[in-house]
Amino acid sequence: MLVALRTALTRLGAAVTAGVWRLGYGARFFGYLILHSGTAFRRFRLTMREIYFGGVLSLIIILVSGLFVGMVLALQGYETLQRYGASEALGVLVALSLVRELGPVVAGLLFASRAGSAITAEIGLMKATEQLSAMEMMAVDPVARVVAPRFWGGVISMPLLAALFSAMGIFGGYLVGVVLIGVDEGAFWSQMQAAVDVRNDILNGVIKSVVFGFAVTLIAVFEGYDAPPTAEGVSGATTRTVVTSSLAILALDFVLTALMFTGGA
Amino acid sequence: MNRSAIDLWVGVFVAIGLGALLFLALKVGNLASFSTAQTYQVEARFSNIGGLKVRAPVKSAGVVVGRVAEIRFDNESYEAVAVLTVDSSYKFPRDTSAKILTSGLLGEQYIGLEAGADARMLKDAERMRITQSAVVLENLISQFFFNKAAEGGDAKGAK
Repeated sequence: MLVALRTALTRLGAAVTAGVWRLGYGARFFGYLILHSGTAFRRFRLTMREIYFGGVLSLIIILVSGLFVGMVLALQGYETLQRYGASEALGVLVALSLVRELGPVVAGLLFASRAGSAITAEIGLMKATEQLSAMEMMAVDPVARVVAPRFWGGVISMPLLAALFSAMGIFGGYLVGVVLIGVDEGAFWSQMQAAVDVRNDILNGVIKSVVFGFAVTLIAVFEGYDAPPTAEGVSGATTRTVVTSSLAILALDFVLTALMFTGGA
Repeated sequence: MNRSAIDLWVGVFVAIGLGALLFLALKVGNLASFSTAQTYQVEARFSNIGGLKVRAPVKSAGVVVGRVAEIRFDNESYEAVAVLTVDSSYKFPRDTSAKILTSGLLGEQYIGLEAGADARMLKDAERMRITQSAVVLENLISQFFFNKAAEGGDAKGAK
Protein backbone atom coordinates (compact mmCIF):
# COMPACT_ATOMS: atom_id res chain seq x y z
CA MET A 1 0.00 0.00 0.00
CA LEU A 2 2.63 2.44 1.14
CA VAL A 3 4.98 1.28 -1.58
CA ALA A 4 2.28 1.72 -4.23
CA LEU A 5 1.59 5.24 -2.96
CA ARG A 6 5.28 6.03 -3.00
CA THR A 7 5.75 4.83 -6.57
CA ALA A 8 2.68 6.80 -7.67
CA LEU A 9 4.05 9.95 -6.06
CA THR A 10 7.48 9.35 -7.54
CA ARG A 11 5.97 8.93 -10.99
CA LEU A 12 3.94 12.12 -10.62
CA GLY A 13 6.98 14.04 -9.52
CA ALA A 14 9.05 12.65 -12.35
CA ALA A 15 6.36 13.57 -14.87
CA VAL A 16 6.17 17.13 -13.55
CA THR A 17 9.94 17.53 -13.54
CA ALA A 18 10.17 16.13 -17.07
CA GLY A 19 7.43 18.51 -18.22
CA VAL A 20 9.15 21.54 -16.73
CA TRP A 21 12.47 20.39 -18.13
CA ARG A 22 10.99 20.07 -21.61
CA LEU A 23 9.37 23.48 -21.29
CA GLY A 24 12.68 25.07 -20.38
CA TYR A 25 14.50 23.17 -23.13
CA GLY A 26 11.79 24.23 -25.59
CA ALA A 27 12.16 27.89 -24.63
CA ARG A 28 15.95 27.68 -24.97
CA PHE A 29 15.52 25.91 -28.30
CA PHE A 30 13.18 28.69 -29.50
CA GLY A 31 15.70 31.36 -28.56
CA TYR A 32 18.53 29.46 -30.26
CA LEU A 33 16.35 28.94 -33.33
CA ILE A 34 15.53 32.65 -33.62
CA LEU A 35 19.19 33.61 -33.19
CA HIS A 36 20.32 31.10 -35.82
CA SER A 37 17.65 31.66 -38.44
CA GLY A 38 19.86 33.96 -40.52
CA THR A 39 20.59 31.06 -42.87
CA ALA A 40 16.89 30.58 -43.54
CA PHE A 41 16.76 34.07 -45.05
CA ARG A 42 20.23 34.27 -46.54
CA ARG A 43 19.67 31.01 -48.40
CA PHE A 44 16.00 31.61 -49.03
CA ARG A 45 15.87 28.64 -51.41
CA LEU A 46 15.86 26.35 -48.36
CA THR A 47 12.85 28.14 -46.88
CA MET A 48 11.20 28.20 -50.30
CA ARG A 49 11.40 24.40 -50.45
CA GLU A 50 9.69 24.18 -47.06
CA ILE A 51 6.96 26.62 -48.13
CA TYR A 52 6.42 24.25 -51.04
CA PHE A 53 6.11 21.17 -48.82
CA GLY A 54 4.20 22.83 -46.00
CA GLY A 55 2.10 25.36 -47.88
CA VAL A 56 1.65 24.43 -51.52
CA LEU A 57 1.00 20.75 -50.84
CA SER A 58 -1.53 21.68 -48.11
CA LEU A 59 -3.48 23.77 -50.62
CA ILE A 60 -5.84 21.03 -51.75
CA ILE A 61 -6.99 20.02 -48.28
CA ILE A 62 -7.29 23.67 -47.15
CA LEU A 63 -9.27 24.78 -50.20
CA VAL A 64 -11.62 21.79 -50.20
CA SER A 65 -12.28 21.93 -46.46
CA GLY A 66 -12.77 25.70 -46.63
CA LEU A 67 -15.32 25.29 -49.40
CA PHE A 68 -17.27 22.65 -47.51
CA VAL A 69 -17.12 24.45 -44.16
CA GLY A 70 -18.51 27.57 -45.85
CA MET A 71 -21.24 25.57 -47.57
CA VAL A 72 -22.29 23.86 -44.35
CA LEU A 73 -22.25 27.19 -42.48
CA ALA A 74 -24.56 28.68 -45.09
CA LEU A 75 -26.96 25.72 -44.98
CA GLN A 76 -27.13 25.63 -41.19
CA GLY A 77 -27.17 29.40 -40.81
CA TYR A 78 -29.98 29.75 -43.31
CA GLU A 79 -32.13 27.25 -41.39
CA THR A 80 -31.91 29.35 -38.23
CA LEU A 81 -31.92 32.82 -39.77
CA GLN A 82 -34.97 32.33 -41.97
CA ARG A 83 -37.05 31.56 -38.87
CA TYR A 84 -36.52 35.16 -37.83
CA GLY A 85 -36.90 36.48 -41.35
CA ALA A 86 -33.26 37.51 -41.40
CA SER A 87 -31.95 35.28 -44.17
CA GLU A 88 -30.24 38.30 -45.78
CA ALA A 89 -27.85 38.32 -42.83
CA LEU A 90 -26.45 34.99 -44.05
CA GLY A 91 -23.43 36.70 -45.60
CA VAL A 92 -22.61 38.38 -42.30
CA LEU A 93 -22.88 35.10 -40.41
CA VAL A 94 -20.67 33.18 -42.85
CA ALA A 95 -18.07 35.93 -43.24
CA LEU A 96 -17.71 36.82 -39.56
CA SER A 97 -17.52 33.25 -38.31
CA LEU A 98 -14.96 32.37 -40.97
CA VAL A 99 -12.78 35.45 -40.76
CA ARG A 100 -12.76 35.69 -36.98
CA GLU A 101 -12.70 32.08 -35.85
CA LEU A 102 -13.04 29.19 -38.24
CA GLY A 103 -10.53 30.36 -40.83
CA PRO A 104 -7.51 30.62 -38.54
CA VAL A 105 -8.52 27.76 -36.21
CA VAL A 106 -9.55 25.09 -38.71
CA ALA A 107 -6.74 26.00 -41.11
CA GLY A 108 -4.36 25.79 -38.12
CA LEU A 109 -5.64 22.37 -37.10
CA LEU A 110 -5.38 21.09 -40.68
CA PHE A 111 -1.93 22.61 -41.03
CA ALA A 112 -0.83 20.95 -37.77
CA SER A 113 -1.95 17.53 -38.91
CA ARG A 114 -0.93 17.88 -42.55
CA ALA A 115 2.37 19.79 -42.34
CA GLY A 116 3.32 19.80 -38.65
CA SER A 117 3.35 16.02 -38.37
CA ALA A 118 5.42 15.76 -41.55
CA ILE A 119 7.98 18.23 -40.19
CA THR A 120 8.28 16.29 -36.92
CA ALA A 121 8.60 12.95 -38.68
CA GLU A 122 11.22 14.29 -41.08
CA ILE A 123 13.40 15.92 -38.43
CA GLY A 124 12.93 12.97 -36.07
CA LEU A 125 14.01 10.51 -38.75
CA MET A 126 17.00 12.67 -39.67
CA LYS A 127 17.96 12.51 -36.02
CA ALA A 128 17.33 8.76 -35.77
CA THR A 129 19.44 8.07 -38.87
CA GLU A 130 22.15 10.34 -37.43
CA GLN A 131 22.01 12.82 -40.30
CA LEU A 132 21.89 15.66 -37.80
CA SER A 133 25.03 14.36 -36.04
CA ALA A 134 26.71 14.02 -39.44
CA MET A 135 25.97 17.69 -40.14
CA GLU A 136 27.44 18.68 -36.81
CA MET A 137 30.57 16.69 -37.76
CA MET A 138 30.84 18.78 -40.91
CA ALA A 139 30.50 21.94 -38.79
CA VAL A 140 27.03 22.62 -40.22
CA ASP A 141 24.61 23.71 -37.55
CA PRO A 142 21.55 21.48 -37.97
CA VAL A 143 19.32 24.06 -36.30
CA ALA A 144 20.31 26.68 -38.87
CA ARG A 145 20.36 24.30 -41.85
CA VAL A 146 17.40 21.99 -41.13
CA VAL A 147 15.18 23.42 -38.40
CA ALA A 148 15.08 27.16 -39.16
CA PRO A 149 13.97 26.89 -42.83
CA ARG A 150 11.15 24.54 -41.81
CA PHE A 151 10.12 26.89 -39.01
CA TRP A 152 10.01 30.02 -41.17
CA GLY A 153 8.42 28.14 -44.05
CA GLY A 154 5.55 27.19 -41.76
CA VAL A 155 5.28 30.66 -40.26
CA ILE A 156 5.03 32.19 -43.75
CA SER A 157 2.59 29.58 -45.08
CA MET A 158 0.11 29.58 -42.23
CA PRO A 159 -1.47 33.09 -42.62
CA LEU A 160 -1.76 32.59 -46.38
CA LEU A 161 -3.48 29.24 -45.89
CA ALA A 162 -5.87 30.73 -43.32
CA ALA A 163 -6.76 33.60 -45.68
CA LEU A 164 -7.36 31.11 -48.49
CA PHE A 165 -9.52 29.01 -46.20
CA SER A 166 -11.67 32.02 -45.26
CA ALA A 167 -11.96 33.24 -48.85
CA MET A 168 -12.87 29.77 -50.06
CA GLY A 169 -15.40 29.38 -47.23
CA ILE A 170 -17.08 32.67 -48.13
CA PHE A 171 -17.21 31.52 -51.74
CA GLY A 172 -18.81 28.26 -50.55
CA GLY A 173 -21.32 30.21 -48.50
CA TYR A 174 -22.08 32.31 -51.56
CA LEU A 175 -22.59 29.17 -53.67
CA VAL A 176 -25.06 27.63 -51.24
CA GLY A 177 -26.71 30.82 -50.01
CA VAL A 178 -27.12 32.77 -53.23
CA VAL A 179 -26.87 30.24 -56.05
CA LEU A 180 -28.59 27.27 -54.41
CA ILE A 181 -31.04 28.72 -51.87
CA GLY A 182 -31.62 32.04 -53.57
CA VAL A 183 -30.79 34.64 -50.93
CA ASP A 184 -30.63 38.05 -52.57
CA GLU A 185 -27.11 38.57 -53.90
CA GLY A 186 -26.93 42.31 -53.25
CA ALA A 187 -28.06 41.92 -49.64
CA PHE A 188 -25.63 39.02 -49.13
CA TRP A 189 -22.59 41.12 -50.09
CA SER A 190 -23.66 44.53 -48.86
CA GLN A 191 -24.67 43.35 -45.38
CA MET A 192 -21.39 41.45 -45.20
CA GLN A 193 -19.43 44.54 -46.18
CA ALA A 194 -21.31 46.67 -43.68
CA ALA A 195 -20.68 44.26 -40.81
CA VAL A 196 -17.10 43.11 -41.43
CA ASP A 197 -14.51 45.61 -40.28
CA VAL A 198 -11.10 45.50 -41.93
CA ARG A 199 -9.12 46.26 -38.79
CA ASN A 200 -11.25 44.62 -36.11
CA ASP A 201 -12.20 41.45 -37.96
CA ILE A 202 -9.87 40.73 -40.84
CA LEU A 203 -6.64 42.03 -39.33
CA ASN A 204 -7.38 40.25 -36.04
CA GLY A 205 -7.99 37.03 -37.99
CA VAL A 206 -4.63 37.44 -39.71
CA ILE A 207 -2.91 38.09 -36.37
CA LYS A 208 -4.48 34.90 -35.03
CA SER A 209 -3.24 32.87 -37.96
CA VAL A 210 0.29 34.27 -37.57
CA VAL A 211 0.31 33.33 -33.89
CA PHE A 212 -0.97 29.84 -34.72
CA GLY A 213 1.70 29.52 -37.41
CA PHE A 214 4.42 30.27 -34.85
CA ALA A 215 2.92 27.89 -32.28
CA VAL A 216 2.32 24.95 -34.61
CA THR A 217 5.66 25.02 -36.40
CA LEU A 218 7.60 25.64 -33.19
CA ILE A 219 5.95 22.61 -31.58
CA ALA A 220 6.54 20.55 -34.73
CA VAL A 221 10.25 21.32 -35.09
CA PHE A 222 10.84 21.01 -31.34
CA GLU A 223 9.13 17.62 -31.08
CA GLY A 224 11.15 16.41 -34.08
CA TYR A 225 14.43 17.73 -32.72
CA ASP A 226 13.72 16.33 -29.27
CA ALA A 227 12.38 12.94 -30.44
CA PRO A 228 14.07 9.82 -29.07
CA PRO A 229 16.11 8.48 -32.00
CA THR A 230 14.12 5.28 -32.42
CA ALA A 231 11.22 4.26 -34.65
CA GLU A 232 8.93 4.27 -31.63
CA GLY A 233 10.25 7.62 -30.46
CA VAL A 234 9.62 9.28 -33.84
CA SER A 235 6.08 7.93 -34.06
CA GLY A 236 5.38 9.11 -30.50
CA ALA A 237 6.79 12.55 -31.30
CA THR A 238 4.59 12.81 -34.41
CA THR A 239 1.49 11.99 -32.38
CA ARG A 240 2.50 14.48 -29.69
CA THR A 241 2.95 17.20 -32.32
CA VAL A 242 -0.60 16.83 -33.56
CA VAL A 243 -2.10 16.62 -30.07
CA THR A 244 -0.04 19.41 -28.50
CA SER A 245 -0.39 21.82 -31.39
CA SER A 246 -4.15 21.25 -31.66
CA LEU A 247 -4.52 21.98 -27.96
CA ALA A 248 -2.20 24.97 -28.27
CA ILE A 249 -4.28 26.38 -31.14
CA LEU A 250 -7.53 26.04 -29.20
CA ALA A 251 -6.09 27.50 -25.99
CA LEU A 252 -4.36 30.38 -27.80
CA ASP A 253 -7.56 31.03 -29.74
CA PHE A 254 -9.47 31.47 -26.52
CA VAL A 255 -6.86 33.87 -25.13
CA LEU A 256 -6.65 35.88 -28.36
CA THR A 257 -10.43 36.06 -28.74
CA ALA A 258 -10.76 37.25 -25.17
CA LEU A 259 -8.15 39.95 -25.85
CA MET A 260 -9.44 41.03 -29.26
CA PHE A 261 -13.21 40.83 -29.31
CA THR A 262 -14.45 41.49 -25.79
CA GLY A 263 -13.08 44.99 -25.23
CA GLY A 264 -14.55 48.15 -26.73
CA ALA A 265 -17.78 47.24 -28.49
CA MET B 1 10.60 18.20 -58.75
CA ASN B 2 13.50 20.49 -59.57
CA ARG B 3 14.21 23.79 -57.99
CA SER B 4 12.72 26.16 -60.53
CA ALA B 5 9.44 24.28 -60.50
CA ILE B 6 9.33 24.66 -56.71
CA ASP B 7 9.93 28.38 -57.08
CA LEU B 8 7.06 28.59 -59.54
CA TRP B 9 4.66 26.76 -57.25
CA VAL B 10 5.69 28.80 -54.21
CA GLY B 11 5.17 31.93 -56.30
CA VAL B 12 1.71 30.77 -57.30
CA PHE B 13 0.90 29.89 -53.69
CA VAL B 14 2.02 33.24 -52.31
CA ALA B 15 0.19 35.07 -55.09
CA ILE B 16 -3.14 33.37 -54.52
CA GLY B 17 -2.67 33.66 -50.74
CA LEU B 18 -2.20 37.40 -51.05
CA GLY B 19 -5.07 37.44 -53.52
CA ALA B 20 -7.29 35.82 -50.90
CA LEU B 21 -6.25 38.45 -48.35
CA LEU B 22 -7.02 41.19 -50.86
CA PHE B 23 -10.40 39.58 -51.56
CA LEU B 24 -11.16 39.53 -47.84
CA ALA B 25 -10.12 43.15 -47.43
CA LEU B 26 -11.87 44.55 -50.50
CA LYS B 27 -14.90 42.39 -51.19
CA VAL B 28 -15.70 41.14 -47.69
CA GLY B 29 -14.46 43.97 -45.48
CA ASN B 30 -15.05 46.75 -48.00
CA LEU B 31 -11.76 48.56 -47.52
CA ALA B 32 -12.91 51.00 -50.21
CA SER B 33 -15.34 52.62 -47.78
CA PHE B 34 -12.65 52.64 -45.12
CA SER B 35 -12.10 56.23 -46.00
CA THR B 36 -9.36 58.49 -44.79
CA ALA B 37 -11.48 61.42 -45.86
CA GLN B 38 -11.57 64.66 -43.92
CA THR B 39 -13.97 64.66 -41.00
CA TYR B 40 -15.18 67.08 -38.37
CA GLN B 41 -16.43 66.33 -34.89
CA VAL B 42 -19.57 67.57 -33.24
CA GLU B 43 -20.88 66.93 -29.78
CA ALA B 44 -24.39 65.97 -28.77
CA ARG B 45 -25.68 65.63 -25.22
CA PHE B 46 -28.35 63.14 -24.31
CA SER B 47 -30.07 62.47 -21.00
CA ASN B 48 -30.05 58.77 -21.90
CA ILE B 49 -28.20 57.04 -24.72
CA GLY B 50 -29.79 53.62 -24.22
CA GLY B 51 -27.68 50.97 -25.96
CA LEU B 52 -25.71 53.29 -28.24
CA LYS B 53 -22.16 52.11 -28.79
CA VAL B 54 -18.93 53.61 -30.06
CA ARG B 55 -18.62 53.18 -33.86
CA ALA B 56 -22.40 53.14 -34.26
CA PRO B 57 -23.45 54.83 -37.52
CA VAL B 58 -24.65 58.42 -37.73
CA LYS B 59 -27.32 58.63 -40.40
CA SER B 60 -29.22 61.43 -42.00
CA ALA B 61 -32.22 60.51 -44.15
CA GLY B 62 -30.99 56.94 -43.85
CA VAL B 63 -27.57 57.62 -45.38
CA VAL B 64 -24.52 56.97 -43.23
CA VAL B 65 -22.73 60.31 -42.85
CA GLY B 66 -20.44 59.49 -39.93
CA ARG B 67 -19.77 57.40 -36.86
CA VAL B 68 -19.96 57.78 -33.11
CA ALA B 69 -16.36 58.42 -32.08
CA GLU B 70 -16.63 58.60 -28.33
CA ILE B 71 -19.19 58.32 -25.55
CA ARG B 72 -18.54 59.75 -22.12
CA PHE B 73 -20.40 60.88 -19.05
CA ASP B 74 -20.43 64.52 -18.05
CA ASN B 75 -20.19 64.66 -14.29
CA GLU B 76 -21.49 68.23 -14.05
CA SER B 77 -24.71 68.07 -16.02
CA TYR B 78 -25.14 64.31 -15.47
CA GLU B 79 -25.65 63.81 -19.17
CA ALA B 80 -24.12 61.48 -21.70
CA VAL B 81 -21.89 63.19 -24.24
CA ALA B 82 -21.58 61.55 -27.65
CA VAL B 83 -18.87 62.81 -29.97
CA LEU B 84 -19.82 62.27 -33.61
CA THR B 85 -17.33 62.16 -36.46
CA VAL B 86 -19.02 63.43 -39.58
CA ASP B 87 -17.58 63.32 -43.09
CA SER B 88 -16.56 66.83 -44.17
CA SER B 89 -18.43 66.49 -47.44
CA TYR B 90 -21.67 66.60 -45.47
CA LYS B 91 -22.58 69.97 -43.94
CA PHE B 92 -25.43 70.41 -41.51
CA PRO B 93 -27.13 73.60 -40.25
CA ARG B 94 -26.49 74.64 -36.66
CA ASP B 95 -29.98 73.79 -35.49
CA THR B 96 -29.76 70.19 -36.71
CA SER B 97 -31.35 67.80 -34.23
CA ALA B 98 -29.90 64.45 -33.17
CA LYS B 99 -32.08 61.52 -32.20
CA ILE B 100 -31.13 58.09 -30.97
CA LEU B 101 -33.05 55.62 -33.10
CA THR B 102 -33.18 51.85 -33.48
CA SER B 103 -32.89 50.14 -36.83
CA GLY B 104 -35.71 47.65 -37.02
CA LEU B 105 -37.42 46.21 -34.01
CA LEU B 106 -34.39 44.57 -32.42
CA GLY B 107 -31.62 46.17 -34.44
CA GLU B 108 -28.66 48.22 -33.32
CA GLN B 109 -29.05 51.80 -32.21
CA TYR B 110 -27.78 54.69 -34.29
CA ILE B 111 -27.96 58.46 -34.30
CA GLY B 112 -30.31 60.08 -36.77
CA LEU B 113 -29.66 63.69 -37.79
CA GLU B 114 -32.47 65.87 -38.97
CA ALA B 115 -31.32 69.00 -40.71
CA GLY B 116 -32.61 72.33 -39.41
CA ALA B 117 -33.02 75.62 -41.25
CA ASP B 118 -30.24 77.78 -39.83
CA ALA B 119 -28.06 79.55 -42.38
CA ARG B 120 -24.90 78.87 -40.39
CA MET B 121 -23.39 75.41 -40.65
CA LEU B 122 -22.06 73.24 -37.82
CA LYS B 123 -18.33 73.53 -37.40
CA ASP B 124 -15.71 71.32 -35.80
CA ALA B 125 -16.11 70.88 -32.01
CA GLU B 126 -19.49 72.56 -31.90
CA ARG B 127 -22.43 71.18 -29.99
CA MET B 128 -25.84 70.18 -31.28
CA ARG B 129 -28.51 71.79 -29.09
CA ILE B 130 -31.58 69.80 -29.98
CA THR B 131 -31.37 66.16 -29.02
CA GLN B 132 -33.77 63.38 -28.28
CA SER B 133 -32.75 60.49 -26.06
CA ALA B 134 -33.16 56.81 -26.65
CA VAL B 135 -36.53 55.30 -25.93
CA VAL B 136 -36.27 53.15 -22.83
CA LEU B 137 -38.79 50.33 -22.83
CA GLU B 138 -39.26 50.32 -19.04
CA ASN B 139 -40.17 54.02 -19.04
CA LEU B 140 -42.70 53.46 -21.80
CA ILE B 141 -44.30 50.60 -19.89
CA SER B 142 -44.46 52.50 -16.60
CA GLN B 143 -45.95 55.49 -18.42
CA PHE B 144 -48.56 53.19 -19.92
CA PHE B 145 -49.42 51.80 -16.49
CA PHE B 146 -49.69 55.29 -14.98
CA ASN B 147 -52.07 56.31 -17.72
CA LYS B 148 -54.15 53.17 -17.22
CA ALA B 149 -54.25 53.74 -13.47
CA ALA B 150 -55.29 57.37 -13.99
CA GLU B 151 -58.06 56.27 -16.36
CA GLY B 152 -59.25 53.68 -13.83
CA GLY B 153 -59.31 56.33 -11.09
CA ASP B 154 -61.34 58.72 -13.27
CA ALA B 155 -63.81 55.99 -14.12
CA LYS B 156 -64.37 55.24 -10.41
CA GLY B 157 -64.73 58.90 -9.53
CA ALA B 158 -67.37 59.35 -12.25
CA LYS B 159 -69.49 56.52 -10.91
